[in-house]
Amino acid sequence: MPEAKFHIKRYDPARDEMGASRYDDFVVSYDSSLTVLEGLFSIQEHQDGSLAFRYCCRASICGSCAMYINGKYRLACQTNLRHVHADVITVESMPHLPLVKDLVCDMSDFFAKYEYVKPWLIRNSAAPEREILQSPEERKKLDMPIDCILCGACYSSCPSVWTEDNYLGPAALLKAYRFEVDSRDEAGKVRMPSWDNERGAYRCHTITNCVEACPKELNPTEGIQWLKMAAVRRRLFGKNK
Amino acid sequence: MIHHQLIVVGGGLSGLRAAVEAKAAGIDVAILSQVHPGRSHSGAAQGGINAALANHPEAHDDTPEKHAFDTVKGSDYLADQDAAIQMTSDAPGIIFEMDHWGCPFSRTDDGRIAQRPFGGAGYPRTCYGADKTGHYLLHCLVERAYERRVTMYVEVFVTDLIVEDGRCRGVVAYDMIRGGFEAFTADAVIMATGCAGRIYSNTTNAIISTGGGAAVAYHAGVPVKDMEFIQFHPTGLLTTNILMTEGARGEGGYLINDLGERFMSKYAPKAMELAPRDITSRSITTEILEGRGIGGKNYVYLDLRHLGAAKIMETLPGIRDLAIHFEGVDPIEEPIPITPCQHYTMGGIDTDVDGRTVMPGFYAAGECACVSVHGANRLGGNSLLETIVFGRRSGAAVVADRAGRAGGGDASAAGARAVADVEARVAALAARGADGQDPYAIRADMTVTMKDHFGVFREEKEMREGLERLLALKERCATIGLRNAGGVFNLDLIRTLELEGMVDLALAVATGAVERTESRGSHARTDYPTRDDGAWLKHTMAHYTPDGPRLDYKPVTLGTFEPQERKY
Repeated sequence: MPEAKFHIKRYDPARDEMGASRYDDFVVSYDSSLTVLEGLFSIQEHQDGSLAFRYCCRASICGSCAMYINGKYRLACQTNLRHVHADVITVESMPHLPLVKDLVCDMSDFFAKYEYVKPWLIRNSAAPEREILQSPEERKKLDMPIDCILCGACYSSCPSVWTEDNYLGPAALLKAYRFEVDSRDEAGKVRMPSWDNERGAYRCHTITNCVEACPKELNPTEGIQWLKMAAVRRRLFGKNK
Repeated sequence: MIHHQLIVVGGGLSGLRAAVEAKAAGIDVAILSQVHPGRSHSGAAQGGINAALANHPEAHDDTPEKHAFDTVKGSDYLADQDAAIQMTSDAPGIIFEMDHWGCPFSRTDDGRIAQRPFGGAGYPRTCYGADKTGHYLLHCLVERAYERRVTMYVEVFVTDLIVEDGRCRGVVAYDMIRGGFEAFTADAVIMATGCAGRIYSNTTNAIISTGGGAAVAYHAGVPVKDMEFIQFHPTGLLTTNILMTEGARGEGGYLINDLGERFMSKYAPKAMELAPRDITSRSITTEILEGRGIGGKNYVYLDLRHLGAAKIMETLPGIRDLAIHFEGVDPIEEPIPITPCQHYTMGGIDTDVDGRTVMPGFYAAGECACVSVHGANRLGGNSLLETIVFGRRSGAAVVADRAGRAGGGDASAAGARAVADVEARVAALAARGADGQDPYAIRADMTVTMKDHFGVFREEKEMREGLERLLALKERCATIGLRNAGGVFNLDLIRTLELEGMVDLALAVATGAVERTESRGSHARTDYPTRDDGAWLKHTMAHYTPDGPRLDYKPVTLGTFEPQERKY
C-alpha cells in the first residue's frame, strides 16, 4: 500500500500561545487514491483523535475545508495527493486568521463583514404574482459571483486585509457586487454606503491574490473594480447601475 | 442557560425556511447548527426543484395535480396522497418567493425560470440554476435569514432533547467553539438536521449527514417512519461516490454498459435514462451483476459527450468540475464511470403536513422528517421542494400553535438535568478511554454492513446476517471508549456521540427491511419480487427500545389516485 507523509500545523488553545507554531508528522497508508481531507480523517480516527479541522460536503461546494496546503490555498476535499506533487503534504490553517484549534480558523470577522454589506436582494416594488422576469443575458452577469462558497481563502490571502482590520475583504465585496449587478435588485443607494467607503472597495489595490487563492476560480478583483466604477458613474451621472 | 421561543436545529433549507417564517411572525427564533448554515448539505443538491410552473414549451398544461400524481406513482403508492397534494400545490408559490428573494435560477429566453426534464416526471418541471440549484437556494435563504436577523448559534452540536412532562422544552448541545455542553431551552423545537446517509459506506451524502436529529428524537421516544426505504442514486462517481446529478440525464446524457448499449431500453423503454431512481439503480446493478459492467467491473458509464462542449459548459459546469477534480475525467472528452450509491433516506421522524410530531412542542421538517411525500421512492427534484415547503409549514405551525397558549414557563431545571445527564455519559465514555471499544472500528463495520446487506437488492438470509451484525455492534456501543474528552472543536467527542444514534437508525432500517416481505419502490427483495398492497400498503413505525426497534404500522392516506402497476 502506498504511504503519504503529512506535516500538520497544530494549535491547541489549552497549551499553546496564540501565534506559536508547532507541527506534527503522520504517515497515512491508502489504497489507490487519497484526498487531503481523507488523510486528515485517517489521522483523526487512527493516530491522533484530537486533530481538529472543518468538514462537510467533501465535494467542494460547502466551503468548510479551505486550508493552506503546500503553500497554496486549496480545499482539502478537492485536493488529491496526485495534485500536490510533493513528498510531504504540509497542511496549515489559512494564514493571517485567528485560530480556534489546529486547522480551524475563527471566521466570525469574515461573516460579520459579509453581513455588513447587506448580502440579500432588496426590493421596493410589490412582488409580482409569478417570477420577476430576468433575461438570460441579465442572469449571465451573476454566473461568476454566485459560485462563491464563502470558504475564506481570498480573505486570508489579501494583503489589504492583513494591514487593515476593518477592510471588508474580497468575499464580502464580491457578494455586494453579486447583488448590485442583479437586474432584480432595487437597493438604489441603500447597500452602497456599506462598500463605497474607505473600508470598502477603495481598499482593494488590485493585488489579485484573491484570484489566485480562490479554489472555485472566481475573480473577486473584477467584481470590486465594477463597484468602484459604479460608484464613480453614480456620482458623475446619477445613474443607478 | 439560553432561552428562545423557538429553537430550530439545523441550518439547511428546511431549518432556514422555518426560522424565516417564524421570525416574520414576531417569534424569537434561533438556529443551532453543527456548521455555518451556508455550509449545510442542502447546498450539495444539483439538479433542481420541482414545481408545475408550466414554463417549458412542452409543459404548458402541467398542473400541481399532475405533479402530485407523478409523486405518488413514483412513491410506489406509499406516499400519503393528501401530503403529496399539499406539497405540489404549495410548490409554485414557494418557488416564486425564492425568486423574489434573489435565488439565481437559470432563465428561459423570455425571462422565466428555466425547467428541465427529470426522472419519473410527466413534464419538464424541474426548476434549476445550472447544476448548482441547492447551492443557490441555500445561499438565498442564508441571506434572507441574515436580513431577518435570525439568531444563529454556529458550530454547536445537538445531543439531546430536553423533555419535561412529555413536552419538548429545548435541546442540549456541545458548543464546539467554546467547549462544553449548554442547555438551550425553548417553547418549541423544530428538528431539521437532514439525512442519515453516512450509515452507509457508499453514500453521496456529506460527512455530517449522520442522522443526528432523527436519532435524538428517536431516543427521546418519537417514532421514525418507513426507515427501510433507502434511495440509491443511479449515478455516484465511482471513486468518491460524489453525486452526478440526474440533470445530466435530464439534459440528454446516456447510460452505457460494457457492450456500448443504452441498456435502459430493456428496463424502461419509454422513459429510458429518465426512469425513476429506484428502477434506474436496479437496472445498473443488474447489468453489473450479469457481467456487463465496464470491463466486467462494478460500474457503468454516464456518457455526456454527444451533448457537446457548449451545452455541458452551460448547463452542467459543476458536474464537469467534479468529474475532473475527483475522478480525473473530463466529460467533454470521456464517459464518466458511475455506480449506484446511497443518496436519500425516505424515512424519518413521523410528522403531519405541518411538521407536528407525537411530542407536544417538537416538530420536524426536511429529510430528517417523514410526512410522507416520498413513500417508497422519492422523485428527483422533490427533496429540495420538500425542504422549503415543509420548512415553511412547520415554522407557520409553531406560530399557530403558540396562539392561545401561555409561555411554557421556566425550563431551566429540566435543562440543567439534561446537561448533567450528557456530562455523565461523556464522563463514562472517557473513563473507559483507550480500554473501551474503538468507535471508528464500529462505524466502519456498520457502514459496510449496511452497504453489503441492505443495498439495492435485498434478500432474507443476507438481511438476517446483517441484522445480527448490527445487533452485535449495538452491544459493543455500550462499552465505547472516548480518548479525548474535553476542549474545543473536539471531533473525537462529536464522532463518538453521534455513533450510537447511527447504529440505532441502522437497526431501524434493517428491522423494517427484514419484516417487509414485499418489493416496493427502493425496497427490492429478490425473495418477494412483487408489491403486496393487501398486506403492505402501510407505513412502518419504529419505536426506540434499548434492545432494538419495536415496530408497528400505520395506514397510508389514499383517496385520490388508485394504486396501479408502475410502468415507465
